[in-house]
Amino acid sequence: MLVFLWVATVAAQSPPAPAPPPARFVVVLDAAHGGDDTGAHLSTGQLEKAFTLAFGVRLRSLLGARGIQVVTTRESDASVDLNRRAEIANHANAQACLTLHASDTGTGVHLFASSLAPAEPARFAAWKTAQSAFVNRSLALAGVLNSALLHAGLNVTLGRTELPGIDSMTCPAVAVEIAPERGPDHKITSALDDPAYQARVAEALAAALLEWRTDAVRTEAARP
Amino acid sequence: MISRFQTILFAVLVLASAIMGFALWRQLERAHQRLLAGGDSAPTQAPQVAPAEQATLIVANDTDGSLLTEVQSLPLPKDPGARARAVLGKLLDLYAAPDAAHPVPGGAPSVAQVFLMPAPSLTAAESKSTDSGPQLAVVNFAASFAATHPSGIETETLTVLSICETLHANFPRITQVRFLVDGQPRSTLAGHADLSHTHLASEPLSSAERQQ
Repeated sequence: MLVFLWVATVAAQSPPAPAPPPARFVVVLDAAHGGDDTGAHLSTGQLEKAFTLAFGVRLRSLLGARGIQVVTTRESDASVDLNRRAEIANHANAQACLTLHASDTGTGVHLFASSLAPAEPARFAAWKTAQSAFVNRSLALAGVLNSALLHAGLNVTLGRTELPGIDSMTCPAVAVEIAPERGPDHKITSALDDPAYQARVAEALAAALLEWRTDAVRTEAARP
Repeated sequence: MISRFQTILFAVLVLASAIMGFALWRQLERAHQRLLAGGDSAPTQAPQVAPAEQATLIVANDTDGSLLTEVQSLPLPKDPGARARAVLGKLLDLYAAPDAAHPVPGGAPSVAQVFLMPAPSLTAAESKSTDSGPQLAVVNFAASFAATHPSGIETETLTVLSICETLHANFPRITQVRFLVDGQPRSTLAGHADLSHTHLASEPLSSAERQQ
């Protein structure tokens, strides 16, 4: 009996078990196109592949400054297969995957999540529809990005589409297509090559991903 | 005195002249017959114009990423495939207009053909009802359409969605749409929208929604 009491007292006085280390938070930035695949020929004279690479570098710097680990699918003007891009994202075990695009049509920022129907996570997933288990989280990520972009005073269009690269990713994935800002008369008010406009979009995306990380940590902490 | 030789020569010449005259007359007759035959193939009455009917077009707008319903009156042929092609031609004519909200060059000639066929059935019941069952529309674009289509996720997605929904709005049996370019399968329309698989027309996913 005394031994039991002694053990109970020691147990009560011992320091609490250390909290588990926070889960690694990784963001994958996928600069679309590259190499032979030039993407769109933008009205600014730039090719889409060059714009996405430059914007990806800018966004990576902002995320790095906020302590977010970034994995990129390409660092140079190289041709990277869509399957290879998805492989890189899936191996990174990322909490957010952004595929960066640019276009002359429309206005503001276009956010697209996969149009696959949501499905329960399975041990083995079909390659072309692997994203289906993450569609709901991708839509949630698109919502967070949307809020941050709106907060920055940008026009945002939300949609869903079928993109072969994203549909194979096993992470919350959103395609971000940046278009010029246009006024009510459809005239361009902020061109794609405007550094200030690029900075606004990049800052808003970085703020959104920071909030996404906070939400992820909160969700992790709430788990029993 | 005319020699015997000269008489025979004269007779031969007369006979040759008669034969040549007959041959010329026959050729003249044949030429006349050919002219008459050519005249028969010329149109003798105005071609019958298909009556104008109302068609529902689902028109895309790049500014807000929306799809709006628009009813247009246009002559529609009886043949279902030609009818579908005429409807899509009208839709693409709107996109080729100078002030289009979803500018895409090319217009009606961009749709080379539309083929309608029974859709691959999902259930045994559907496979039995080929006359009233779901249909697959195969839309064959001209190569120039894909080559000149603006590149971008939003613009390409809107083009695909508006075509699928326009077909389903006018031909409710069309539930699936497949795209070819110049008769060949193609991975994307202009670098973004996936054309490699069959699109469902009956249950379109929500189009884009503009905020702010």
